[in-house]
Amino acid sequence: MSDTLLEVRTLRCERDFRVLFKDLSFTVNAGDVVQVEGPNGSGKTTLLRMLAGLLPVHEGEVFWRGEPMQRVRPMFYEELLYLGHKTGVKDSLTAFENLRSWAALRAPVSDDRLLEALERVGLKGFEHSLAHNLSAGQQRRIALARLFVSDAPFWILDEPFTAIDKKGVAELENLMIQRGREGMAVLMTTHHAPRIEGELKKVTLGRVAA
Amino acid sequence: MWQRFKAWFHKWASPKWFFDMSASWMPWLKGIAIACMVTGVIWGLAFAPQDYQQGNSFRIIYLHVPAAILAQSVFMMMAVAGFVNLVWRLKLADLAVKAAAPIGAWMCFLALFTGAVWGKPTWGTWWVWDARLTSMLILLFLYFAVMALHGAFTDATTGGRAASIMAIVGTINIPIIKFSVEWWNTLHQPATFKLTEKPAMPPEMWVPLLIMVIGFYCYFGYLLLYRMRNEVMEREQRTQWVRELVRKGV
Amino acid sequence: MNATVSAAFTAQLRRDLLLSFRRRQDLANPLIFFVIVVSLFPLGVTPDKEFLSQAAAGVIWVAALLATLLSLDGLFRADYEDGALEQMVIAPQPLFMVVLAKTLAHWLVTGLPLLLLSPVLGVMMFLPADATGVLMLSLLIGTPVLSLIGAIGAALTVGLRVGGVLVSLLVLPLYIPVLIFGTGTVQMAINGQPWTGHVALMLAFLALAIGLAPIAASAALRISVSN
Repeated sequence: MSDTLLEVRTLRCERDFRVLFKDLSFTVNAGDVVQVEGPNGSGKTTLLRMLAGLLPVHEGEVFWRGEPMQRVRPMFYEELLYLGHKTGVKDSLTAFENLRSWAALRAPVSDDRLLEALERVGLKGFEHSLAHNLSAGQQRRIALARLFVSDAPFWILDEPFTAIDKKGVAELENLMIQRGREGMAVLMTTHHAPRIEGELKKVTLGRVAA
Repeated sequence: MWQRFKAWFHKWASPKWFFDMSASWMPWLKGIAIACMVTGVIWGLAFAPQDYQQGNSFRIIYLHVPAAILAQSVFMMMAVAGFVNLVWRLKLADLAVKAAAPIGAWMCFLALFTGAVWGKPTWGTWWVWDARLTSMLILLFLYFAVMALHGAFTDATTGGRAASIMAIVGTINIPIIKFSVEWWNTLHQPATFKLTEKPAMPPEMWVPLLIMVIGFYCYFGYLLLYRMRNEVMEREQRTQWVRELVRKGV
Repeated sequence: MNATVSAAFTAQLRRDLLLSFRRRQDLANPLIFFVIVVSLFPLGVTPDKEFLSQAAAGVIWVAALLATLLSLDGLFRADYEDGALEQMVIAPQPLFMVVLAKTLAHWLVTGLPLLLLSPVLGVMMFLPADATGVLMLSLLIGTPVLSLIGAIGAALTVGLRVGGVLVSLLVLPLYIPVLIFGTGTVQMAINGQPWTGHVALMLAFLALAIGLAPIAASAALRISVSN
């Protein structure tokens, strides 16, 4: 299993005349876990948003399964799961409604599977509570439940382990290992060294002389 | 043929190429603009015959009509540049949208102002809710919208793309607005106030007008390039070639 | 429209309506505004019955337009701020459909109540009774156009802090044709002239707005998200 999913070639990013990164090239293969690391302000989140298609790519090329990204973007979106800082969990919807409305814009999923995902992230008994009445950690878990619902083979996660306890982290790591065996790849930023099978690939930012 | 077009098109992606080329076009535009406007003004104001109904007051047409034509075609041009900016992400197209908007707004204002000045002796009032005046006023609002949107974003590229969408949406709406306003005008007011029809003009009147229109277009071209060049310098200030230019004191 | 796209459309519509009903108080605000603006008019100009019945259609239409404008900020703002909009932009379902569903939800909670309230205001403004039906019809066709055009403005300004004021600058000039024909239709009915042609024209505006506005709004949302 070493199909190349994502390939990045000589990517460059500039903000307000400051070069965040340049000549950035790397590949993500099926089964890989890739950690993007670098000091604060080195452009980690910017890189993830760029690859998710939320920011335009001005210089450099991105390929998805060997095709230029701009040509296959709709296909890419079908295979992508992106989780950013802002999760899009609505205060005035219940945990279940939140997950269901997220899933509705993606592949069809049965209600049972949604409920099961909420159970896996430790929200059993809170399925029908308004997110507003849940703690910050529990709200984060509503967003993380998406990972248990999704069949997407490529995840882009921005600090997925924040605001969840040890048990939650372990559960998430198990999921990544299990899905990794099926060929799923992860590209993420994290301050926590994740426990994974095999090698943790790294992409390091912040070495550009300004 | 297609290959040559593509090669030509690609040149426009280079701000440096534009900067060098525009330097050689600008004197021409400036020269033609001055020649046309001087000829047009002298001919139109001093030699063209009087209007048999309006007397000399009609002579403001030599400012009014070119300004009104420019106000409309600049908006159209802005929409085309906006489209190119959105689809091909051409930096220069973005600059053109930004540079053209205030010029177009000025032309629009000039057309409205000269219209009011013309209206006073002709209709006896500064302003009437004439269909053309009204749609020109709405066009001015649309220019303000594009400019305000461009300025509201901290990131110039994002602001440029947003303004491009507004320019395109505005252009699709202009015919609808004109049509509505004309319909509304006939409903509310009988056609007592009508500008003298243009085609009825004798050549001694419309030839200087045509010269003025050409002069205005060249003047617009000159201003546009001037503003775009400033903008190019500012956005490319970190690049080698701009630094070099600055060092040479251009 | 294939099955999953239409399912996504319904799901999005249901979600947005649910969100609106969970915050019922906010729904009443544009309606109260609508009534207040209309009642300011006789106070500010004249309570003369003759004059008001002439001005009724225009006043009600302008008030409806302003009330819609006031509610536009809510269309995408909350979703932008909590990140839900990002998830919609990168979802495999077409953004066009999402925008259309959100705009329909917006119309159902603002335009439709305005329309239902309009006969009461018609009475307050001495609108001839037989023109009430035409007023409602013109609002039924016109207010969705206001929501659709408004969606473009809301999408362009959602990432900006000054959004509220700017959106009126962007959207009001584009509202003018709807205003002219909306009021015009009612006026013609009052004058006893045939007005069906104008209804057809307004339907054409609506068709154009349904076809084009969501495209512009989607493109605008992608730009706003990337800010």
